[in-house]
Amino acid sequence: MFTKILTYIGSKAIKFTQEAGRLFIMFGQTLSWIFKPPVNIRNIFQQMEAIGVNSLPVVIIMGMFTGMVLAIQTYTGFRRFSAENYMGPVVALSITRELGPVLTGLIVAGRAGAAMAAELGTMRVTEQIDALETLATNPIKYLAVPRFLAGFVMLPLLTVVADAVGMIGGYLVAVHVLNANSVIYIRMSTDYLRLNDIYGGLLKACVFGIIISIVSCYKGFYTEGGAEGVGKATTGAVVYSMMLILIANYFMAALLFR
Amino acid sequence: MIDILNLHKSFNNKKVLQGVNLHVERGETMVVIGGSGSGKSVLIKHVIGLLNPDEGSVVVDGVDISHMKENDLNELRKKFGMLFQGAALFDSLTVWENVGFGLMQHTALSKEEIRDKAKSKLEMVGLRGVEDLMPSELSGGMRKRVGLARAIAMDPQIMLYDEPTTGLDPIMADAINDLIIEMKRKLNVTSIIITHDMVSAYKICDRIAMLFEGRILEVGTADEIKKSEDPIVHQFITGSSVGPIKAV
Ligand SMILES: Nc1ncnc2c1ncn2[C@@H]1O[C@H](COP(=O)(O)OP(=O)(O)OP(=O)(O)O)[C@@H](O)[C@H]1O
Ligand SMILES: [Mg+2]
Repeated sequence: MFTKILTYIGSKAIKFTQEAGRLFIMFGQTLSWIFKPPVNIRNIFQQMEAIGVNSLPVVIIMGMFTGMVLAIQTYTGFRRFSAENYMGPVVALSITRELGPVLTGLIVAGRAGAAMAAELGTMRVTEQIDALETLATNPIKYLAVPRFLAGFVMLPLLTVVADAVGMIGGYLVAVHVLNANSVIYIRMSTDYLRLNDIYGGLLKACVFGIIISIVSCYKGFYTEGGAEGVGKATTGAVVYSMMLILIANYFMAALLFR
Repeated sequence: MIDILNLHKSFNNKKVLQGVNLHVERGETMVVIGGSGSGKSVLIKHVIGLLNPDEGSVVVDGVDISHMKENDLNELRKKFGMLFQGAALFDSLTVWENVGFGLMQHTALSKEEIRDKAKSKLEMVGLRGVEDLMPSELSGGMRKRVGLARAIAMDPQIMLYDEPTTGLDPIMADAINDLIIEMKRKLNVTSIIITHDMVSAYKICDRIAMLFEGRILEVGTADEIKKSEDPIVHQFITGSSVGPIKAV
């Protein structure tokens, strides 16, 4: 019994180290292939569309409602100690620093990350990745690099949209539903919000983009076992990306916003 | 040209290849036969470096490919063409983009030129008017032939075919056999061909090698194989369920 538990823990630990190692190797290889010609413009734009443009509607809806609910919650909370005037800055700071980048990251992980892992996983089990190699084309260069670049560029852009829409949503609810004073709301927001808050959030978004693309490519590339394996890879990609996003978010918040 | 030396490979403790030795001359067509699951596909994947041997080596043109640097290996692979058992077409690309993939990646030809080349390769495998379809719109036999067109698109010196005629009607299968023979005669292509189709095997081969229990059991010309006294080879080529190989 005791040895069984130890064996179990041991094998899990080995598997974890192996996966982490492969993930970092994949990251390193992807970085090393980015600057080697030829640049595959078409694949990059395709991926930017898949990750960025196609996620736009969800991100807009997410941003809008997050901003709106934030306004309601801060209003009811702050009214208890007559601090309603601080509603604007609280909404703006929460969105730009945390909710904008993190929720965007989670949504893209669920949407584009899953799609990426499923596509690459299918390519692996149907030998399309092997076929790439026989055609003297490096799969990391051809498949992973465009996804990496697209994630790195599109996540911050989506976050800008989420931030903007979120603040508009907060403003609309504050002014038109909760009857806050429009001038004070805007004035307080602009007084307290610094560019660094926004930059910090965008930097986090870049890191989330890297996490999503690398984890999903890794899971796709190492898929085995037919359709069932593709399913597992997809779930794994989403779960790992989300966990890593939340963990990385804490450490970056601790470093960036002290 | 191709030397497979004492090749061993296992997957998860399952021994698939256990010391394969095979020599293929320049310009020779070597047909590999063997039971389902005997490791034929695993064997040719080693020849193009998709799999790395646990033990032994594969030497192509005097170089051991399992210890090659990635760049050199890719240079070497440009001389290869490989047809996969399941065709392995890129399903996000159209048929002509599949066929022209190598040209697109490795030559400076214009899109139109590549398209024309792809078209002529497709005609060589008996396909017309399918350039702009997606692979998902093709039948199994058509996919196989697009895979073949893609494999020959860069005019390779070495061809690896994994069951080129499986899934084709008999007439089309024979047309593919003629294509294989013609490529050998005109371009002196060296080929390794996996097939279960003994009629094709006799027609296209210079020699036939039988893979059994992880080793090459026998190698010889079509006549030598036909006259083989080995009961296993005899049972296999006559396709009988009675004999030393147990089917069920
Ligand atoms: N990537 C892999 N991982 C694990 N096992 C594998 C892998 N590739 C092949 N095998 C195993 O190796 C053995 C040989 O497979 P292979 O595909 O070479 O057979 P084959 O001779 O080509 O058969 P068929 O004629 O049916 O195509 C099989 O038992 C298969 O399960
Ligand atoms: Mg096979």
